[in-house]
Parts: sequence; structure tokens; C-alpha cells
Amino acid sequence: MADSVDISKGLPPNPEKATLEGQNKFLGFWVFLGGETIMFATFFGTYLGLRGGTADGPTSADVFSLPLVFIMTMILLTSSLTSVLAMFAMKKNNFKALMGWMWVTVLLGAAFLGLEIFEFYEYSVHYGLGYTTSAFASSFYTLVGLHGAHVLFGLGWITTLLVRYRKSGITLTNAPKFYVASLYWHFIDVVWVFIFTVVYLMGVGV
Amino acid sequence: MSTRKGIMRFFPFALLTLLLAGCGEEGLTALDPMGPQAQWLFDNMMLSLYVMALVIIVVFTLFFIAVIKFRKKPGDEEIPEQVEGSKTLELTWTVIPILLLVILAVPTVTGTFMLADTTPSGPEGSGDSGEEELDEDEIEEDGVTIEVTGHQYWWQFDYEEGFTAGQEVYIPAEEKVEFELHAEDVIHSFWVPALGGKVDNVPGITNNLWLEADEPGVYQGKCAELCGPSHALMDFKLIALDRDDYDAWVEEMSQDPEEFEPAEDDETMANQGREVFEQEGCIGCHAIGGQGSEQGPTLTNFGDRETLAGYLDPTDENLDEWIRYPQEVKQDNNMPGFPDMEDEDMEALIEYLQGLSVQD
Amino acid sequence: MADTTVKTSEKSVLWDWLTTVDHKKLAVLYLLAGALFFVKAGIMALFMRIQLMFPENTFVTGQTFNELITMHGTIMLFLAATPLIFAFMNFVVPLQIGARDVAFPFVNALGFWIFFFGGLLLSLSWFFGGGPDAGWTNYVPLSSREYGHLGIDFYVLGLQVSGIGTLVSGINFIVTIVNMRAPGMTMMRLPLFCWTTLVTSILIVFAFTPLAAGLALIMLDRVFGGQFFITELGGNVVLWQHIFWIFGHPEVYILVLPAFGIISEVIPAFSRKRLFGYTAMVFATLVIAFLGFMVWVHHMFTVGVGPIANSVFAIATMAIAVPTGIKIFNWLFTMWGGKITFNTAMLCASSFVPTFVLGGVTGVMLAMAPVDHLYHDTYFVVAHFHYIIIGGIILGLFAGLFYWYPKMFGHHLNEKLGMLTFWLMYIGFHMTFFIQHILGLIGMPRRVYTYLEGQGMATMNMVSTIGTFIMGAAVIVLVINHVYSAYKSEKVTVRNPWGARTLEWSTQTPVPEYNFAQTPQVRSLDPVFYEKVHGDGNMKPAEPLDDIHMPNGSIYPFTIALGLFIMGFGIIMFNMDNPIIPPLAVTIIGGVVVFGSMFLHSIKEDHGYNIPVERVKEELDKEVG
Repeated sequence: MADSVDISKGLPPNPEKATLEGQNKFLGFWVFLGGETIMFATFFGTYLGLRGGTADGPTSADVFSLPLVFIMTMILLTSSLTSVLAMFAMKKNNFKALMGWMWVTVLLGAAFLGLEIFEFYEYSVHYGLGYTTSAFASSFYTLVGLHGAHVLFGLGWITTLLVRYRKSGITLTNAPKFYVASLYWHFIDVVWVFIFTVVYLMGVGV
Repeated sequence: MSTRKGIMRFFPFALLTLLLAGCGEEGLTALDPMGPQAQWLFDNMMLSLYVMALVIIVVFTLFFIAVIKFRKKPGDEEIPEQVEGSKTLELTWTVIPILLLVILAVPTVTGTFMLADTTPSGPEGSGDSGEEELDEDEIEEDGVTIEVTGHQYWWQFDYEEGFTAGQEVYIPAEEKVEFELHAEDVIHSFWVPALGGKVDNVPGITNNLWLEADEPGVYQGKCAELCGPSHALMDFKLIALDRDDYDAWVEEMSQDPEEFEPAEDDETMANQGREVFEQEGCIGCHAIGGQGSEQGPTLTNFGDRETLAGYLDPTDENLDEWIRYPQEVKQDNNMPGFPDMEDEDMEALIEYLQGLSVQD
Repeated sequence: MADTTVKTSEKSVLWDWLTTVDHKKLAVLYLLAGALFFVKAGIMALFMRIQLMFPENTFVTGQTFNELITMHGTIMLFLAATPLIFAFMNFVVPLQIGARDVAFPFVNALGFWIFFFGGLLLSLSWFFGGGPDAGWTNYVPLSSREYGHLGIDFYVLGLQVSGIGTLVSGINFIVTIVNMRAPGMTMMRLPLFCWTTLVTSILIVFAFTPLAAGLALIMLDRVFGGQFFITELGGNVVLWQHIFWIFGHPEVYILVLPAFGIISEVIPAFSRKRLFGYTAMVFATLVIAFLGFMVWVHHMFTVGVGPIANSVFAIATMAIAVPTGIKIFNWLFTMWGGKITFNTAMLCASSFVPTFVLGGVTGVMLAMAPVDHLYHDTYFVVAHFHYIIIGGIILGLFAGLFYWYPKMFGHHLNEKLGMLTFWLMYIGFHMTFFIQHILGLIGMPRRVYTYLEGQGMATMNMVSTIGTFIMGAAVIVLVINHVYSAYKSEKVTVRNPWGARTLEWSTQTPVPEYNFAQTPQVRSLDPVFYEKVHGDGNMKPAEPLDDIHMPNGSIYPFTIALGLFIMGFGIIMFNMDNPIIPPLAVTIIGGVVVFGSMFLHSIKEDHGYNIPVERVKEELDKEVG
């Protein structure tokens, strides 16, 4: 049980999984991500089924701008790396480094989100690809937009953690929280890799 | 099917077949099949029923023995032997069901492809269920393909000869006829139970189906996919004619539009009715002989119809009510009502409509 | 760590139930909510059968009838069967694995309240122009923005909200069963009800997420002008059917597997024998769940996906018969050689076996893709799935109700009234549904609000309607039984009134809030039976008597769910003709309530409270006295 972990000699090597609560959070979150995967898979399937349905509107090859998307990809991949560095810091009980790397992650995430908003603005205003233009447009904005909403939620979540625990140091209570948040961040990153491949690379290829 | 007869000899289930066939209305029920596809479906349903009856008998026998024989006697507190399981038994009831399923899997696969081959046969290819190879050229020439479009809540039938019929589809008997299924608004499903299975009419997609009637006759058709409040009333008729009668019918239906108009100089009721038909705007939705809009069912052969609005007797009184208060006859249909039409006009209109016939 | 000892008796009863995170109290809430929705949907069924009693009857219009079928199906599956099953899962699973509570008590309460408010949202549709009318399958384009009414929005948002509740509960059960088992309770010693709960929860996680995605697509189409299902703009209407059935078929197993689990508990208990072929049963459950995701196209054989897809899915569907058959025979051989006591629970459980077979064999018949062109969308299908749902799930739930009732409420249900319920239900059910197989074959499509005279359907429909009334009588007797037993039934004070075999029977009746004074040490499958034969009849404790740490109640699950309800209603208001309050404002208010509650919950550290060892001892002594 939670109270049975002896912390008089400092934190155990894996503070996020040291308590039953921590283990429960860990497993529960993995299961949740499993469900999220299936949900994204459904939206991917929808997009693949409908991407040809452009109804005389712009096609994917007309609008997609690979250089911009490539920069976004790099930013998000880097943010995933910085969150890994934060977790290493946590395992070494280095609170300062944990906070630092997490803040870098948040900043990179925000940059990604800004570029995505810019991208959507470009498509809809300059290319006339509105949400209601065609089934292709609807499914594209829904899939990529849902990912963007996940990024936004992740930013809010991590920022809340960072503000709330800014002075507390690493404890058995907050270690699982940081760990789970970074897991979520990786998930977002993996989804983006699939979006980059399936939506953008395949989209300009046809 | 000879296998069916073989099985019948071994099982007293022939009685069951008879019993089932006694249910329902001829020309509607699938238990009295009237074409090769329906016969195939019926035979294979019975095959699966026999196999399943076997399973049911085994389970029920074991069940009743168990619940009768192994009841706890009053006062008997001894603990029965705790059996973990039995490899042999468990293997038995894994393997035997697999074998039974294989029996059903074979016709499942062959039947699926048999149904999927919708090439029409033409007049020479009568009586088979698509198993025989047909001469390609002949198919090109004579096979009948009819486009079926489902609307809320009526059916449109477009023939290759270029004319349209509403609500009642005519086919030549003893021929495999192909139907191309479309939908105008929502999903419908085209089903003539006595002749075969159903296939859905899906917007944006074209599906194919074949049917064949062994004999000339009137077969009842239904919409089998929920399509709105009047889904239950979206019935139609499939009318199979001898090939010669069918050809004659096609010729009548393909005449020029003028042929369907009443003679100009005549001062008959029908002529007045035609005027009402045009003035009241009926023609804005209903075409006759290809003249007029096709938003609603074509009325070219309205006088020949077996039913009104898909389900009513085609009497003058019913027609009167249908034109005046269509929402009460068929909820949510798209026809505007004419509650205030003069009786005189109504009479003439009914006279005109009931006289629209291509069968002399 | 925990220092605030709060006695529940100090708070008002209502507040206690609104804030409870105790799995046993949540089970009671699930049971109540599920029963209410069950009765509601049952009354709808009666209305439908009255309409179909005579040919061309005019009791209700086609529109109303379509609303009735839609709400009947939707409520029965999502808001009646699911919560009733969740009631037993909540009550039984922690007890059967020897845990003090579920892994996330807060999430457990959250799941209940979200489900409940989702159901409420769906039910509100009757006050805003009528319920959804496109069938529980909600096929587009009948439900699209062009053809569907406002009721469809209530369907979409109501299910979206209640689905979130079901999903988080599913995650909770998975973690509970994997992480919270008592010492010695290995996976292969788990009672079968826990196994089926685990597998069902996994199915929920993987099936409700596609549904959430699909419902989101319909919502985006209807409210925000998406074009997913608009064929003119490149949309595809069959896409929804795929998504729906990828969810919809596993949903059947989500409901029926726990029923299998209940049967696997009740039959051994009253046959006084261990479950025959336990290992095979576990693997059969896993195989059924796995195959359940591979067969969705068998609902779409007539849609035109092509002969190859149809053949493959037909064979896969048939394959499910094999593990199901294994289960049937294992139950039969559990009874075989046993010493069977027939009470209401056992009557329901044992008659489940042959009845379920009747539903199963028509399932195999339906799996034959070409012949399905005959059965599809007719009353044959209606008969088939009611055999599965009533003959399977409802009989299972009744068995579970009579079996666990004394543990849940401290008294038995009356046996005589129970038997009466069973026989009325059983006879009425066969009368209603057996004949519907034939109705389908003679040409009666499903979901028709009427049929014509002279089509040979009148007599059979009349018989079917009479059967429905008999089932209605059965439910009334059941309700009377609850009231009667609450006043007249003797209190149960022994721990194991049935002489049953699993861990939930090793703790006090009624169960204390901490479940077990001492976490038990499990030494075998059927641990209570094992200790009776090999030990002194009592479970060995795995820990000394000590203070027990419990989580505090919280009002946030209620407020989060309320916020989701407001949000959902706000989104529906976008499609209202005259919404009075701006819909966006309502949606935002709902969002603020949701995220505000989440935020408040997360910043408030709550370490729970301790029950002092003295009180635990006191309660143990009281039982002996």
C-alpha cells in the first residue's frame, strides 16, 4: 500500500512505480492509450476512406506544404526527446533538471501548435479548403485537428503540473503524475509520425 | 438438390418442411419458394436447420438427463466428486462442431459467389441457377437488366429500352433478370421474398442482384431497410410475364408520349382529367409516357396497378383520399395534398388516371 | 498520512450517495438506474407489441413507432443491460479478488455519474420534439442532417456522454483485476466472473472508442457541417455502418460474456461441483472476445461489400460457434454428476444453457452469408438476438440478482415469487420470440410499424403480443418481490448462505465498507470451498488486524458528469430552431464545470481516512454475537 514504502533513505530508483497507486496509474494509463490508439485508428480509417472524396475542391496534392510539416515534425520529435531527458532527471532525483526539460517540452509543443494553426489558416484562406468543402477536407481537419487538440490538452496538463509542483521536489505522489504525462506526450508524438506518413507523405505522393 | 433428398430420407424432418411451408401467403412467403434462387436459399436453410437440430437434440438430451438425474436428495450433504475436466470430452466437443461447421461452410462460400454472379441469362438460359455456362453473345442481346431506384417511399424501375415504370416491375418469367440497385435519398433494401434474397439500395453505390421466377405471376416485394415513418408501406409488386407478353408490354411502354394522351378533340372525362393533371401541377412530379418530371412515380400504366400508394386497393374512393390527404395515407411521403379540389375535377382526374393502361 | 477520520453517519443520506466512491454503493446505484431504464424500455416494447397486435393497427403512427424501436434498443443495450451488468461487476469483482475497493474509486464514481447523465440526456429527447427515429443502429443518411430530426442529436450526444462513463469504468476494472488481487489469487485462480469482467472491459476499451469516433463524425456532420456522410461531396454512407458494427458486434459480447460469467458462478455453486474445464472456459472466453472483433461485416452481408469479404466474414463468424459450444458443454458437465439444488437463481442459470443454444444455432444459420440475404433485416433476426439477449443476458442477470441479493442487501428475495417470475418470463419469452423466426421467413421485415391484412401474419403477431404481456407480468412480480422481501424477508447474517465457493462469501453480511477485516490469503481456485475441505472453513488472513485506509467521498464525479451533460445539451441546442439561450454559451458553461471540477479535484491532495482497528474488531465481534 501507499504508506508502506519506506522513504526515509531517499526515493527508490523508480519513484513512479514504487506505490500501488503509482502502478495502478501506470497500467490504467497504458490501457487508456490503447483505447486512444483505436480511436485514432478509426479517424485514420475514415481519412483513408474519404481522402479521394474531394468533390471538385482542392486535393491533398494541391494544398500540402511538406517543408512546413517537416519543421513541425522535427519540433515535436525534439519535444519528445526533451521529455525523455526530464524522465531521466526524475529517476536520478534531479528535480531542477526535471522541471527544466519539462518546460522546454512545453515550449516546443506550443511552437508546434502555433505552426499547425498557421497551416490550417493557410489551407482554408489561401487554398479555399474549408472544413465543409468536401469529405476529404472534413476528414483531414478532423484527424489532424484532433491531434492538435491532444497537444493543447497535453500542454495544459503539463503546465498545471509544473506550476503546482514548482517547489515540492520529487515525491511519491507527483512522480507517477509526471511519468504519465510524459507517456501521453510520447503517444501524441507517435500519432504525429503516423499522420506525417499517412496523411502528408502519401498525400503529396498521389 | 440430390443431397437434400438423401438427408430427408434419414431424418423425419420432412414434416417440419411441410409445416413451415404451410405458413404465410403464397407469392410472399420465402417458405414457398417460386424461383431457383429462393429454392437454393430454402434448401440451404433446411440443411442448416437439420445440422442445428442435431446440436439441439444433443444439448437438450444432456441437459434434461442432468437436471433430472443429478438433483440433490433431501438430507444428502455429501460433497460430490470434484471433476476438473476431461481432455477426451473437451476435444470431442471442439472437433465435432468444427466438422459440422465445415458442412455449412461449403455451401456458404459457393452460394456467396453464385449470388454475386448477376449476369442476366436471356430467354434461352431458363430454369438454372447460374450454374451452367452461357453463350456470351446471347447475354449481350437478350438479357434483361433493370435499374431499381429506391425513394421515400416508392420504387422506380428504369428499363434499358428507355422507359420508366413506378411501383410495379415487370420481368420475363423463366429468365435470370439482373437488377441494378440505387437509392435516391436514404438506404432501402429490395426484397422479393418468394423469389430470393434482398440486397440494399445504398446512396452513392450501385449494387447488383439477380432474380428468376419459375412461372408467370404476381410476387410481393418489400423494402427491408428502415427508411422512415412509412417504411412498412413501401411495398411493390414484381410481375413475371411469359416472354412474349413481356416483349409486348415493353413495346407498349416504349411508345411515344403522344400515344398516352387522350385524343385532342374528344370532350371525354379523361380529357378533362388530363387537363386537371396538368393544371394542378401533378405533371410537375409525375410523368406519363416519359412526359413530365420524374420526381414522383411514373404513372404510365397506372390503370394496371395492383395497388395504390404501394398497399391500398386501387379503388376510386382510395384514390380520392390519397390525392386529397396523402399524409394520412402514407406518413412523411413527399406528395402535396389537394384537400380542396372540386369534386368534378377529382372525378375527371380519377377517370383519367384509372384509364392509363398499356394492357388491352 | 491520513489523519481525518470522517464518520459517514454525520452527513446526510443524500449527500452520502451523491459523493460515495464505495464500489458497493455504486453497485446499488447502477442497479437502481439500470432497473429504471429497463422498465422504461420494457414499456416501450409493450407499446410496440400493442401496435403490432392487429394488422393495420393505428395505436401509434409510423413516426412514433420508429422512435419507440430506436429508444427501446438503445436504452436496453446502453442504459439497462450495461449498468445492470456493471452493478454486479462493481459489487462482486473486488470481493471475489479479495480487494478493499477498485483501483480508482474516484473514477468508478465518475463512470457511474457520467453514464447516468448520458442516459438522462438521451431521455430528454421526448421533451424536445420526439426521440431519435433511425433505429439503434442510427444508419446514415436516415440520421444525417438532411433526413434526421433533432432526436438524432440527443442519440449522438447522449451515447457519447454515457459512452465515456462506460469507457472509464472499463479501464478501472482492468486495472483492478490485474493489480488489486489478494495474495495467492493468481490469474488462473480468478473466478470466471472476474475473467469475463476483465475480457469485457478490454472489449469496452477497444469497442467504445471507435463508437466515440463514429458518433463524433455524425455530430460533426449534423452540427458543424462536416461532409463525412454526404455522398454529393465525396462522403460515404457505408463508412458509418463499418464503424458502428466494429463497435456493435463486440458490444454483444460485452453484454453476454459477463452473463456467461454469472452462469459459471451460479451453476457450480448449486451443483456443489467445481466448474468443469476451468482452463478451457478461460481460453474460450478469450477466443470469443478475439473473434468478436473479426466478424462485424456479418451485419452487412446485403450492403454489397463483395463475395470475397462476405465469405471470409461468414467463416469467421461460424468459428465463434466452437468456443461457445465448449462453454455450453462445460456447463452441462458441471451439472452432470453434481447434487443440484433448484432455487430461482439455479433455475435461471440452468435454463440459460438450452435457451442460449437456441439463440446460438440461429446465429450459425445467420452466418451463412448467402442465406442471410433471406434472413437479414427480418423478424428472424429480431427473434435471434432476443434469444441471445433475453434467453442469455436477462436470464444471466436474473440468476445473478437472486444469487448475490442476500450479500448485497442482507436478505433473500422471496423464492415463491422468484419462481413465478422465472416461469412467467420463460413462457412469455418463448411465446413472444419463437414465432418471430417464422414471421421473418414468411416475409415480415423488421422495424415495420404495421403489416397488411391477408399476408398471413395476423395470428402469429397476436401470439407474440400475448407473450409480451406475460413477460410484463413477470417483471411486475419481480418488482413486487423486491418490496415484499424488503419487509418480510428474514435478515441474512451468515457469511455464506448458499454454501457457495468463491471469496465474496467469506466476508461478513452485510459487507462492511472495507470489505475484508484482513486481506485473505488465497490457496486455490474456489478458495472458500477449499478451506472448508482442506482447512478449518475460514480464510487464512494475509495481514494482521490493523487500521484500514479508505478513500474519501467526493462530489466532483457528480459535477464533472453534470458539466458533460450541460455541454452535450449545449451542442444539441445548435440544431434547435429557437434555443432562447445561445448554444455556445451553454456549451462553454458545461466545459467550465467539467474542467473546473477536474482542476479542483487535482489540486486538492486527498489522502483518504483511516478506520481504526478498534472499530474493525468491534464489527467482527458484533457478527459473532
